Amino acid sequence: MPDDLLNSFMTGPDEKGRFGDFGGRFVSETLMPLILELEKQYEHAKTDDSFWAEMQDLWTHYVGRPSPLYFAERLTERLGGAKIYLKRDELNHTGAHKINNVLGQIILARRMGKTRIIAETGAGQHGVATATVCAKFGLKCVVYMGATDVERQAPNVFRMKLLGAEVVPVTSGRGTLKDAMNDALRDWVTNVRDTFYCIGTVAGPHPYPAMVRDFQAIIGKEAKEQMMAAEGRLPDTIIAAIGGGSNAMGLFFPFLDDKDVQIIGVEAGGKGVNEKMEHCASLTGGRPGVLHGNRTYLLQDEDGQILEGHSISAGLDYPGIGPEHAWLHEIGRAQYVSITDTEALDAFQLSCETEGIIPALEPSHALAHVAKIAPDLPKDHIICMNMCGRGDKDIFTVARALGWDMSGA
Amino acid sequence: MTRIDDTFARLKADGTKAFVSYIMAGDPDYDTSLAVMKGLPGAGVDIIELGLPFTDPMADGPTIQLAGGRALDGGMTLEKTLQMVRDFREGDATTPIVLMGYYNPIYSRGVDKFLADANEAGIDGLIVVDLPPEEDEELCIPAQKAGLNFIRLATPTTDDNRLPAVLTNTSGFVYYVSITGITGAAAAEAKDVGPEVARIKAKTDLPVIVGFGIRTPETSEAIAAVADGCVVGSAIVSEIAEGKPVEEVLAFVKSLADGAHRA
Repeated sequence: MPDDLLNSFMTGPDEKGRFGDFGGRFVSETLMPLILELEKQYEHAKTDDSFWAEMQDLWTHYVGRPSPLYFAERLTERLGGAKIYLKRDELNHTGAHKINNVLGQIILARRMGKTRIIAETGAGQHGVATATVCAKFGLKCVVYMGATDVERQAPNVFRMKLLGAEVVPVTSGRGTLKDAMNDALRDWVTNVRDTFYCIGTVAGPHPYPAMVRDFQAIIGKEAKEQMMAAEGRLPDTIIAAIGGGSNAMGLFFPFLDDKDVQIIGVEAGGKGVNEKMEHCASLTGGRPGVLHGNRTYLLQDEDGQILEGHSISAGLDYPGIGPEHAWLHEIGRAQYVSITDTEALDAFQLSCETEGIIPALEPSHALAHVAKIAPDLPKDHIICMNMCGRGDKDIFTVARALGWDMSGA
Repeated sequence: MTRIDDTFARLKADGTKAFVSYIMAGDPDYDTSLAVMKGLPGAGVDIIELGLPFTDPMADGPTIQLAGGRALDGGMTLEKTLQMVRDFREGDATTPIVLMGYYNPIYSRGVDKFLADANEAGIDGLIVVDLPPEEDEELCIPAQKAGLNFIRLATPTTDDNRLPAVLTNTSGFVYYVSITGITGAAAAEAKDVGPEVARIKAKTDLPVIVGFGIRTPETSEAIAAVADGCVVGSAIVSEIAEGKPVEEVLAFVKSLADGAHRA
């Protein structure tokens, strides 16, 4: 790690929105003035106490923060090694970490006088969170969702409709998160005057990666305080799943300068990270490129065409990753690994059986890595993993994968 | 002086407006696409915009998206797009070619290698949708140094404060996007476009060409009348998508070009 270059890992991005070589503002001219205005408004809000007071109030009374830090005793016993804590962000209102960020962006949108909110969604958790907060504030909400995801995440589609959002199935490409993001950008470029694009992850043009990270950093801030209260020290290892990487960045960011804390991000290995490219592991199986407003690691062919990844988890089914993760990967501050569909399914069941927690398939990937490394670690080694979403939305996918017949249920 | 500069000098001397047409390289296949391209100058096209296919064309509507999809399905690549330009240049040394697309295929090839290859193939200018002035160091400045024009988009959201930034480092011409939106969408209106073109021309000596939302000879004429010329893309690509013979596609292009040249 180039210690001489950096006194802190927490100062990025620079004024061009770069984390090292990653990030930036690769958008069409029509959107550029909007992005600059958003950056200005966010820079102002960031240091505005009343903005954070409003956030804190909603986090406490609407979302249910702080989320607990839970010692997973039976899981720890079962794995027989490191002591495992789960940061319970799946207990948030709407069932995932996504709402932490949505609240911030919607408060900002309201301050900017925007009346129409658009969002992209993969698993549907960000779409549900956006529809929820829009319902709360009486804002019009349009959610772009890949047609494939509309099918495999039907419960979340229905939730969004109940919450008054319009869900637009996207049929371009293979109909997953990447295509939904394309169509959301096309909507934004068409409706620039009244519309706010609420991005669900730490990707997209500057200032989104930094802004979403700052809103999600509440996860890591709380985890740090809670760990000090529980153990009197910081964890040895923190672990989170990564699609675009917002829950991971939220957990990691407050720990970046705690150099004794090992940081591990878990990508979706799909059917295995190899030349068949049936995975979504951008860092372990991709290379740098430019898509959706930022330079980052992407799954792409030798001609620079973007590949459709594969993951059992719709929330991880994205061929890119937030630029700050790309940077942390290159400088070596965080380590990135991958977990296959099968390993994630095993971990899903392990969590159900040992802790009575039905996890989403996304954090099941993180848990699978915990299950891999914990047995070989000493009993005084503390792991903190972000349980970033609950699995209600995934039971149909899991039933299918495990060969259960739910048709008569 | 590039072929683009020469063309505008000639048009200015003739008192004629420019007609620019867009087609997607390799749509629906290499040979058909090359045949259309070769016929464009004869149909009255002054500048050819050649689309470089990309999997994720975020600023394009369904027509251009599908065209790119057809080209990619047929095995089109950046390398083959360059080859198409070389093949075209064998029979046409004067018509300017502007490559229009997105940054990643270029970045993936390597900027320096791409610029050398583009020059050698006979490309004159670049329009790269996802490279605003804020990212000029990526490709715009290297392209200018390599002798290629870097043509910037100005849009209805480009206000007076921002316009100088957009015009700096732009060369060849300025492409004014007539609507806020994607290609192939709403219809452009000359009464809205005219004042915007005048606003831009007050700040630059470069020709201002208007595109997006032009589908008929009448609109082509009306828009060209209030600018230095116009671009038609989706309407031509739609003809190709319908599987019309090359001669019919070119007859349609000629009607649009005649419209612009009447202006």
